[in-house]
Amino acid sequence: MLIKRFLLLVAFGSALAGCGKNETASTSASDELVVKIGAAGPLTGPQAHIGKDNENGTRMAIDDANAKGVMIGSKKARFELLSEDDQTDPKTATIVAQKLVDDHVNGVIGHLNSGTSIPASAIYFKNGIPQISPSATAVKFTAQGYNTAFRVMTNDAQQGKALGEFATKVLGLKNFAVIDDRTAYGQGLADEFVKAAEANGAKIIAREYTTDKSVDFTSVLTSIKGKQPDLLFFGGMDPQGVPMIKQLRALGMKTQFMMGDGGYTPKLIELAGDAVEGTYASLPGVPLDNMPSGRDFAKRYEARFHQPIQLYAPYCYDAVNVMIAAMQKAGSAEPAKYLPEIGKVELSGVTSKITFDAKGDIKGGAVTVYQVHQGKWNAVQTMGGAPAAKP
Amino acid sequence: MRCRRWAARPQPSREKVGSHEKRHTRCRFFFVWIAQVIVDILLQQVINGLVQGSVYALVALGYTMVYGILGLINFAHGEVVMIGAMIALTVLKALLAAAFAPVLAVLLSLLAAMAVCMALGYSIERIAYRPLRNAPRLAPLITAIGVSIVLQNLAMMIWGREYHSFPLPFNSVSHQFGGAIVNDVQIGIVVVALIIMLGLMWLVHRTRMGRAMRAVAENPSAAALMGVDINRVISVTFMLGSALAAIAGFMVSANYGIVHYYMGFMLGLKAFTAAVLGGIGNLRGAMLGGVLLGLIESLGAGYIGDLTGGFLGSNYQDVFAFFVLIAVLIFRPSGLLGEKLSERA
Repeated sequence: MLIKRFLLLVAFGSALAGCGKNETASTSASDELVVKIGAAGPLTGPQAHIGKDNENGTRMAIDDANAKGVMIGSKKARFELLSEDDQTDPKTATIVAQKLVDDHVNGVIGHLNSGTSIPASAIYFKNGIPQISPSATAVKFTAQGYNTAFRVMTNDAQQGKALGEFATKVLGLKNFAVIDDRTAYGQGLADEFVKAAEANGAKIIAREYTTDKSVDFTSVLTSIKGKQPDLLFFGGMDPQGVPMIKQLRALGMKTQFMMGDGGYTPKLIELAGDAVEGTYASLPGVPLDNMPSGRDFAKRYEARFHQPIQLYAPYCYDAVNVMIAAMQKAGSAEPAKYLPEIGKVELSGVTSKITFDAKGDIKGGAVTVYQVHQGKWNAVQTMGGAPAAKP
Repeated sequence: MRCRRWAARPQPSREKVGSHEKRHTRCRFFFVWIAQVIVDILLQQVINGLVQGSVYALVALGYTMVYGILGLINFAHGEVVMIGAMIALTVLKALLAAAFAPVLAVLLSLLAAMAVCMALGYSIERIAYRPLRNAPRLAPLITAIGVSIVLQNLAMMIWGREYHSFPLPFNSVSHQFGGAIVNDVQIGIVVVALIIMLGLMWLVHRTRMGRAMRAVAENPSAAALMGVDINRVISVTFMLGSALAAIAGFMVSANYGIVHYYMGFMLGLKAFTAAVLGGIGNLRGAMLGGVLLGLIESLGAGYIGDLTGGFLGSNYQDVFAFFVLIAVLIFRPSGLLGEKLSERA
C-alpha cells in the first residue's frame, strides 16, 4: 500500500517536473498567456478534508477552462494552480499570502476560513491582487475597505439572521443555548444568531465556548443540561460538531441541535451516526439539487475525485469562473486591469446567480436550512434572498 | 425568594384551601429538587473528568516512564497514540468485514494496535534517540519533534485527511447512575485504566525488569556496572509506554467515535501537562496528574462561566488547566509527587 503510494508520489513528482518544463517552453511562445491562480486553505490539520475539497473545486474550474480554451485579449490563456496550505492558522495565512504574491499569482481563491482570510486580505490588498473567498463568512472580511476582497458566499449577518429567525419563527422555540469555537467564523455566526433570536423574543440561557481543536465537550454540555434549553446552536465546523452531537445525545439530552454552513457536510452524518438525526444546518444559496447545473457538477466532481463534495467545492468553482469572466472582460490577466471588472461580473454559476455589491459581498443571498432526516440532508426551508423558492 | 414566587403562583381552587404546612412541604420539595439537579450535574462533571483523566493518565505514564529513565521528553508519544487508534480502526474494520465475533474483533484489533505501537516505540528509540543518547539534551528533543511531524504526515498519507468513524461493534448502553449518565465505554475506560495502572505498578516494583528499570533511572552507569543491559531496559520502557499509548488510542476512539491523523497532538500536549503536574518521572504522579487534570478541566469548564457571572467563559478551560499547572510549579517546582530533580542527572 505504502509502496504504491510512494510510486504514485514519484509519478506525481515527475509529472510536476514535466509541467515545469512545459511552462518554460510555452511562456516563450508568445501566443499563449499563462495565468497563475493561487488557492489557499488548510491542507493539514483538523479541517484538512474541507481544505482539500476547496482545492479540488478550484482545480476542476481551472481544468475546465483549460480544456475549453479561454481567450483573454487576443491570447489563448493557460491557467495554472498554485495551492498553499494555511493550516487554518492566521499567522501561517499571512506567510502563505506573501508567498503567493511573491510567486506573481494573478488572483487568489481563498482562504477557507474567516480567521485566515481576514489577515491575508491585507497582504493581497497591499499588492493589488484580487482575492475571492469561497467560504469566509465573517462580516469583517469585506468591511475593511479593501477593494481586492470578494466572496461568493453570504456573510454571517445574513446567515445568522436566517438561522435565528428559523429557530424562533418556524420552529417556535424560546430558550436557546449557544456554543461557539472562538474563531472569527464561529463567534461571528453565533453572535448574529443570538442577535436575531433575541430580536424575535427568544432567551439565550447559556453561552459557552470551545476551540476549533477540541473533541471533548461533555463538561460544557453537562453545564448546559442543567439549564434545559429547547435548542443548542453551535457556531463552528464539523470536526467539533460530530463529537458534540454524540456527547449531547450520550448525556441523554433531547435538545434540538443546530449549526451553520460548517455543519452541512456528508461527514457529519457519516461520523455522528444515529445521534445526528434531526440536526439542523444551513447553507447559503438554494440547494445544489435545485440548480440546473448542480447535479451535473456533483456527478463530475465525484467521477474525478472519487469522493462526494464535502462543502465549498462548488463555491470555489464559481469563484474561479468569476475571476476568468472578469479577465475576459478586461482583456487582460493583469491584476490592476481586471480588478475593476470583478465587481461588474454577472455570472450564473453552479451555486447561484453571482453579482457583487459595493463591498464585494454577494447580492441577495438566500440561505437554506437543512435537517437530517433518515440519514440524509433534507432542505427544510429557504430563508431570505430574492427568489424565496420553497424547495 | 424563588420559592415564594413559586408558591404564589395561581393555584387550582382546591389548592387554595391548602394549609400553610402543605405549602411548606411543597416549598421544601422544590428546594430538594433544585439541590438534586445541582448534585446530579456535579456528579456528571466528576464522571466526565474521571473518564477524561483516565485517558490522560495512561498517556502521561508513557511520557513519565521515558523521562524517568532517559531524562528525555518523548514528544512523539502523542502520535503513537494516534497510530494506535488508526491501526485499531483498520484491523477492526477488516475483522468486522470478515464477520468475526464482535468481542473477538475488538480484542484482536486492540492487540494488533499494541503490537504495532510497541514495534513503533522500539524503532523510534532505536532510530531517533539511541544515536543521540550522549548528545546535548536539546538534540534528542529536536529529533522527538521531528519524529512527531514525520508520524503525523505519514498517517495523513496512509489514512488520508478525513475523519474516520470508529465502528464499535456493540451498542454502548447508557446507565443512570444517581442523576448522572454513564455508558459502557466510559465505565470500560476507567476500569481498564485502573487495572493497567495497578499492573504497571506491580511490574515496576515487583519484577526483575522493574527493578532494572528503577536501577537505570537512578544511575545508568552504576546499573550497567551491576550487569543491567541498559539498552534492553530502555527498549522495554519505550515498548511498554507505546503499548499503553495504543490502549489509550483505542479508548479515545471508542469514546468519541472518530479517528483523525491530528488527534494525537492535543492529547499528547495535555498528557504531558498531566505528567508535569504530577511530577514528571514519577509513575504515581502521572496517574494523579492525569486524573486531576481531567477533573480540573471538567469542573473548570462546567462552572467557570456561572461562578464568574459570564466574565470568564468555558473557552478558558485550557487556560484554567494551565493556570493550575503554573501554580503547582511555582510552589512545588518538581510537581505534586515529583522527586528532587537536582539529585538526578
